[in-house]
Amino acid sequence: MKIHEYQAKELLIANGIPAQTGVVVDDPAQINEAIDRVRSEYNTEAVVIKAQIHAGGRGKGGGVKFCPTVEGAREEANRILGMQLVTPQTGPAGQKVRKILVAEALDIASEYYLAFTLDRSCGQIVIIVSTEGGMDIEEVAHSTPEKIRKIWVDPTYGIQPFQCREVGYALELTGQAFKETCKIVAGLYQTFVSTDASLMEINPLVLTDDGHINALDAKFDFDDSALYRQKAIAAMRDTAEEDPTEVEASKSNLNYIKLDGSVGCMVNGAGLAMGTMDIIKLKGGDPANFLDVGGAANVETVKNGFRIILSDPAVKAVLVNVFGGIVRCDRIANGIIAAVRELDLKVPVVVRLAGTNAEEARKILDESGVAIEPADSLDEAATKVVAAASR
Amino acid sequence: MAILLDASSRIIVQGITGAEGTFHGNQCHEYGGNVVGGVTPGKGGRTALDSNVPVFNSCAQARDATGANVSLIFVPAPFAADAVMEAAAAGIELIVCITEGIPVADMAIAAPFVRARGARLIGPNCPGLLTPGQAKCGIMPGHIAKKGRVGVISKSGTLTYEAVHQLCCEGYGQSTCIGIGGDPIIGTTMIELLDMFDQDPDTDAVVMIGEIGGQMEIEAAQHVRDSIDTPVIGFIAGRTAPAGRRMGHAGAIVSGADESAAAKMQIMRECGISVAESPADIGSTVKSVLG
Repeated sequence: MKIHEYQAKELLIANGIPAQTGVVVDDPAQINEAIDRVRSEYNTEAVVIKAQIHAGGRGKGGGVKFCPTVEGAREEANRILGMQLVTPQTGPAGQKVRKILVAEALDIASEYYLAFTLDRSCGQIVIIVSTEGGMDIEEVAHSTPEKIRKIWVDPTYGIQPFQCREVGYALELTGQAFKETCKIVAGLYQTFVSTDASLMEINPLVLTDDGHINALDAKFDFDDSALYRQKAIAAMRDTAEEDPTEVEASKSNLNYIKLDGSVGCMVNGAGLAMGTMDIIKLKGGDPANFLDVGGAANVETVKNGFRIILSDPAVKAVLVNVFGGIVRCDRIANGIIAAVRELDLKVPVVVRLAGTNAEEARKILDESGVAIEPADSLDEAATKVVAAASR
Repeated sequence: MAILLDASSRIIVQGITGAEGTFHGNQCHEYGGNVVGGVTPGKGGRTALDSNVPVFNSCAQARDATGANVSLIFVPAPFAADAVMEAAAAGIELIVCITEGIPVADMAIAAPFVRARGARLIGPNCPGLLTPGQAKCGIMPGHIAKKGRVGVISKSGTLTYEAVHQLCCEGYGQSTCIGIGGDPIIGTTMIELLDMFDQDPDTDAVVMIGEIGGQMEIEAAQHVRDSIDTPVIGFIAGRTAPAGRRMGHAGAIVSGADESAAAKMQIMRECGISVAESPADIGSTVKSVLG
């Protein structure tokens, strides 16, 4: 689960880590007051207006502006709040900016990169640190890999002071800034562990002109599986940043991700669901979604699945691909027929059921009289649904 | 022969009195008859699986009383990592954790705990193991598989069934089928299982099914190139998955260019693995390799 920059910074400050801060605004009427407050509280002439959306690359899309004057700040704040911000990560439609952060402007001497994440290959927490701050870290990794330092922390023992010092050395810091960095690294590790984070990225971490270290930006992601024990983090979820259909699907315990194609798919199991999307593409179609109805699909999940898929007007045909293991295919077939009748489906539906009682299921589908096109193999099902979607 | 699980395996089910544990415990018992007991803290002294097996309060008690060497875990996610560690501490050799949704931080502690005690963990968030004709330890439907000489390693559940189904349609049975799990931290990697299959005289080929996210398939492919003589047939799910989105499995997310399906398939090909382009071609690709 992702959170906004301003929320991440609140977490940092609550854990004793200095971060650039300011006032969050979601109503244009509050803009002038917010700017005045930031200017007086932080004793600064200039402010920075920062769009609060979950996607990265906000600066590239014009969602982050340094404003040396009050007039400029007001103008930019009014422009950014409510805009449809397009960044390299939002897709062409962009994301509506519902909140902005009016932040203090800091005088920056140097910018660094600091991130904590899980290294899946060894199951340890890895600290990624670089002197190349403010840039896309994947780009740095590609062009100048020698400028990236990685330090692995064994979660059984936790972070050690020498590892914090390694970060300070990697950033070539000395004196007060070195000490502050060590403290920040230790604090970030504690925050990472205590909040069940999966990513904490500070990009950039800055050295200010007066010699202090400060988090200028913060991008945090949390382990969805741990939210049950992280109530304060879970409360930060902003569903306005998510696709409304995906939010709806998650209420029915369905795993749905919207895509741009016209072939809806309903599959049991995540791996087979991905495989089904892949074969649709190979057959010349485009999947409209990923939908995993779970290993044990039943009438109710099938019905909810159809509802979610058909709420996307781009869907021209639907493929149901269920491999009945423990679940019997004849029951699934009856569920599909009931759902198709009840929901009065207008688009062609191709159904492929394999596994337990697949033959009985085929017979039930054939004799049902509902407009369902049965298929025996995955290949045949994909061919049929792509043809149906292009009719 | 098979790997990890065979007719001599003695299985206990942790969480045996819960709905999942009871249902799948029964299925495993009916398949191979080698479920010897169960564990539910506070319910020791009762029986489970239609009075067929005793229930114990702890893994240590269950192991002492039954001589179990395998544990199958259906404990709910908040308590599952603890159950894994309890099994390892009790000296259980093979621990199979089916539970989905365990916090990653918990597994980051549990996985090395298991390794340090010389035990082997399969999963979590996996369908378990099936050695056709001998034993079942997990949730794979036993009747779709048949005894034979092709090993199956997969990150997925139903996609594994699909592959097994295609193998059977082409006339190939399986030596052992293993779902390793779709979580970011899992107990046993593809590399370790490839080594075991490579040394199994009764496995002629291995089907390896991966997906987007992580580096495991790439490391496994390089290992196949360097150290594995048994032919390997591969498939990677998720070539149409958008970057940065979690596709059902907690670990199925493309977070770098080399974690995409296309990149993994390319490296697998370069390492000498026969890659099925389509999920419908897994069986026929095996046939083209084995003839």
